[in-house]
Amino acid sequence: MNIPSAPATSLTTKDLKTDQDVRWCPGCGDYSILAQTHRTLPELGIPREKIVFISGIGCSSRFPYYTNTYGMHSIHGRATAIASGLKATRPDLSVWIITGDGDGLSIGGNHLIHLLRRNFDVNILLFNNQIYGLTKGQYSPTSEFKKLTKSTPYGSIDYPFNPVALALGADATFVARSMDVASKHLPEIIKRAHAHKGTSFVEIYQNCNIFNDGAFMVYTEKATQPDEALFLEHGKPLIFGANRDKGIRLNGFTPEVVNIQETGTSDLWIHDETDQVKAQILARFFDDPAKPNHLPRPFGVFYVQQRPTYEELLEEQIQSVTERLGEGDLDKLLRGKEVWEIK
Amino acid sequence: MQATVETKEAVVIKFAGDSGDGMQLTGSQFTNEIVLGGSDISTFPDFPAEIRAPQGTLAGVSGFQLHFGSREIYTPGDEYDVLVAMNAAALKVNIKRLKKGGILIANTSGFDSKNLRLAGYDKNPLQDEQLGNYTVYEMDVTRLTRECLEGLPLGTKEKDRSKNMFVLGFLFWMYNKTPDSTIRFLQEKFDKDPVVLEANIRSIQAGYNYGDTTETFTTRFAVAAANLEPGVYRNIMGNQATVLGLITASKKSGLPLFYGSYPITPASDILHMLARHKNFGVKTFQAEDEIAAICSAIGASFGGCLGVTGTSGPGMALKTEAMGLAVMLEIPLVIIDVQRGGPSTGLPTKTEQADLLQALYGRNSECPMPVVAASSPSDCFESVFEACRIAIQHMTPVIFLSDGYIANGSEPWKFPAAADIPEIKVTFARPNGQPFMPYQRDEKLSRPWAIPGTPGLEHRVGGLEKENITGNVSYDPDNHELMVKLREEKVQRIADYLPQQKIEIGPEKGKLLILGWGSTYGVIKSVVKDLYEQEGLPVAHVHLRYLKPFPTNLGRLLRNFEKVLIPEINNGQLIKVIRDQFLIPAIGYNRIRGVPITKTELKEKALEVLQS
Ligand SMILES: Cc1ncc(C[n+]2csc(CCOP(=O)(O)OP(=O)(O)O)c2C)c(N)n1
Ligand code: SF4
Repeated sequence: MNIPSAPATSLTTKDLKTDQDVRWCPGCGDYSILAQTHRTLPELGIPREKIVFISGIGCSSRFPYYTNTYGMHSIHGRATAIASGLKATRPDLSVWIITGDGDGLSIGGNHLIHLLRRNFDVNILLFNNQIYGLTKGQYSPTSEFKKLTKSTPYGSIDYPFNPVALALGADATFVARSMDVASKHLPEIIKRAHAHKGTSFVEIYQNCNIFNDGAFMVYTEKATQPDEALFLEHGKPLIFGANRDKGIRLNGFTPEVVNIQETGTSDLWIHDETDQVKAQILARFFDDPAKPNHLPRPFGVFYVQQRPTYEELLEEQIQSVTERLGEGDLDKLLRGKEVWEIK
Repeated sequence: MQATVETKEAVVIKFAGDSGDGMQLTGSQFTNEIVLGGSDISTFPDFPAEIRAPQGTLAGVSGFQLHFGSREIYTPGDEYDVLVAMNAAALKVNIKRLKKGGILIANTSGFDSKNLRLAGYDKNPLQDEQLGNYTVYEMDVTRLTRECLEGLPLGTKEKDRSKNMFVLGFLFWMYNKTPDSTIRFLQEKFDKDPVVLEANIRSIQAGYNYGDTTETFTTRFAVAAANLEPGVYRNIMGNQATVLGLITASKKSGLPLFYGSYPITPASDILHMLARHKNFGVKTFQAEDEIAAICSAIGASFGGCLGVTGTSGPGMALKTEAMGLAVMLEIPLVIIDVQRGGPSTGLPTKTEQADLLQALYGRNSECPMPVVAASSPSDCFESVFEACRIAIQHMTPVIFLSDGYIANGSEPWKFPAAADIPEIKVTFARPNGQPFMPYQRDEKLSRPWAIPGTPGLEHRVGGLEKENITGNVSYDPDNHELMVKLREEKVQRIADYLPQQKIEIGPEKGKLLILGWGSTYGVIKSVVKDLYEQEGLPVAHVHLRYLKPFPTNLGRLLRNFEKVLIPEINNGQLIKVIRDQFLIPAIGYNRIRGVPITKTELKEKALEVLQS
């Protein structure tokens, strides 16, 4: 997102709270994401009246009610489509889409991929809890294979989506992943998403402590995070592990984990956000953490590309056509090409 | 020998050929020359759903019917005076409706053994007695066209594409017209292709000369200018008028127009034409599906634009959930439904009026929306403008109904001057020092339109039930009932701002009222003109533009007649609503054949009801 930097506003986190009671279950990861967003928005320097949150349906999609900006809680899966029309006509606004894994990837999957390829300058925050929260616990398009849920009592036979790979496949121009409790990382990613001109796709791992508690625990808990989460930094080597002793190296197109103490750091994979091929490989670091010899799960910005936004191209086209044909004249239009008179 | 010129009051011509024969172009060019001569006209293109159905088959026949005259013309006509059949299949499909004594112009090369077989003829009908009732002109159009194009650097296939221009030229001769406007049209169209241009012009001239020099044709016809209201006219098709109406509403309200749509026959032309008018600030968006199309329009409206979406039946079905959202949001939105035969994919290129109940009721829960319908091609202009006006001034989504017949049909239009069209007043909410109440209503019961970017009016809307006035989410039972009633009352109250329903023709009181809506306008009008004006029978015609809410005087009007007959191209839809709201025993007349109701059949029905 790139809104002509407005003069630093006096917007505070407190200003962003509404008088509505937040109705998520106690302990839900959504609280944390809301808090990080409220903390970060004032730092972006956008006047409050220029901010619009549009959501679909799901627990996460209640978000706009709790944020004192303009907002719309719309219908299931369609926030992306509504945001497209809004941004096409109001490029001056800072538009944020709040969606869930069911909302954005199941019922709204079609609109999501089309939004990404068109590259409207909007931000998508996809709250992935790998479950349907609001409808009380059915599996979602990101639930893992064989998952037991209310609607899959014998285990899910649906192969799950990999949201980051999907976004890259749809030619998204900004693709990132973070997690609800990452109180430093998430605000950074939100800022980066805002700074990007074009559609920013941010997948946020979110714990649903009622229906899918602990789904991302290996990435969030102190004890396991260092070995399971790989934090990406542009221009830096891929290093992780409790003692920062593990690195990733590319063997041809195949990533492998190496022990830095043995190999040194000189041939480690250096993260380059602009490298589309490497981003695709990174997106495939998607193993089940229970699998032996699995790769760590990356967090951070996978990929950034500069490409004209849809609304820019639209404005440019209108301008150039108007220059060529002149401003539309209603009388001429009504008259058409050929007329005749009856006396 | 000089052919004699016979003056006709009105003529119906049908051009029919294979989908690849260019009959639509022939028909529309003939129409242009006719209207420039000042005759009144009504046209009806009729084409198959397949882009190129197998050549020579019955399924591949494409037609263009036009009815013009020196009196007012309301329908494309029931029977043809002249049938142009480019091949055997075209003859087979259309001969039933050629008048006894009518003229058949047949392209003999379209009657070879292959064409005959494909059309299912055992022997050549041109050599058969069954055509004895008609004046048959046989022309080997293919050969004649090739001959006149000799020497041009074009292949035979390309040369044959000018066949329709030869026929057109011949008809120009027959109806005493000069092909000026067609030549201008061709010059523009083939601006970059001088050889093709030359081929087309030569063919027209050859067709014309053929009439002039061949002694077979002894009569030419003249149709005088019609006695229409004085003024400057143009020819217009329904979808075109819809486009002009939308752009005009945008200019007159000062709201930029956003049109989100997904291609579907017969609505796509609205998208095509709007996309060309970018210099009016129009933004068109070809969405990934109809759901995205309406949602994008909702987004645009939320941002303070005139959000419009357009589709046909199947797309309408997809949009319903989002329409419900727009009803909850109470923001302006116009949904255009150019109806076609259904259900499902149905008859994509044929006309029907069977989405009325869907428009009125086809959404979950209590979801009232105003519905406006156009009655003729040119009426699309005013009707869609009205739809926009209601949407903006009453803060509500509005459905605008057109249909395939209106969309593709054309008629002369005495177009207005921009200055004479009333403004649509728009007031966006401004902060007034008080806490902003997004669901505080005015005397029309409409809520304020507060658009993003306005400091101090930040608020959230959504599909969850709103608390009255504050707009906060509310699950309170009494509040829900109140809101359901308020949304309905808001739509009903629009009637206070609508004109009273007029009687089109006929007495204020009488034996029979024919009540219609949409594209049956022309046929009802021409029947009632006959019955009331010529035969003096106590019959009147009332035609509805506003289908929800109804004009406040409609009930009174209906009760002044002993009988109410409702013709519709559906299985009885308006009639259900009329019976429900006014408790009168209305009688239906329903034809659901994908084509307009004919005058003959409707008149027969009206007489039967009168006599019963
Ligand atoms: C058209 C439609 N179908 C189904 C639903 C029911 N529904 C509401 S939310 C939801 C799934 C929500 O899952 P997700 O997007 O993952 O959000 P979460 O609640 O987990 O945050 C479903 C199926 C609906 N509201 N609308
Ligand atoms: S159901 Fe899950 S996602 Fe929904 S509010 Fe409760 S914890 Fe959060």
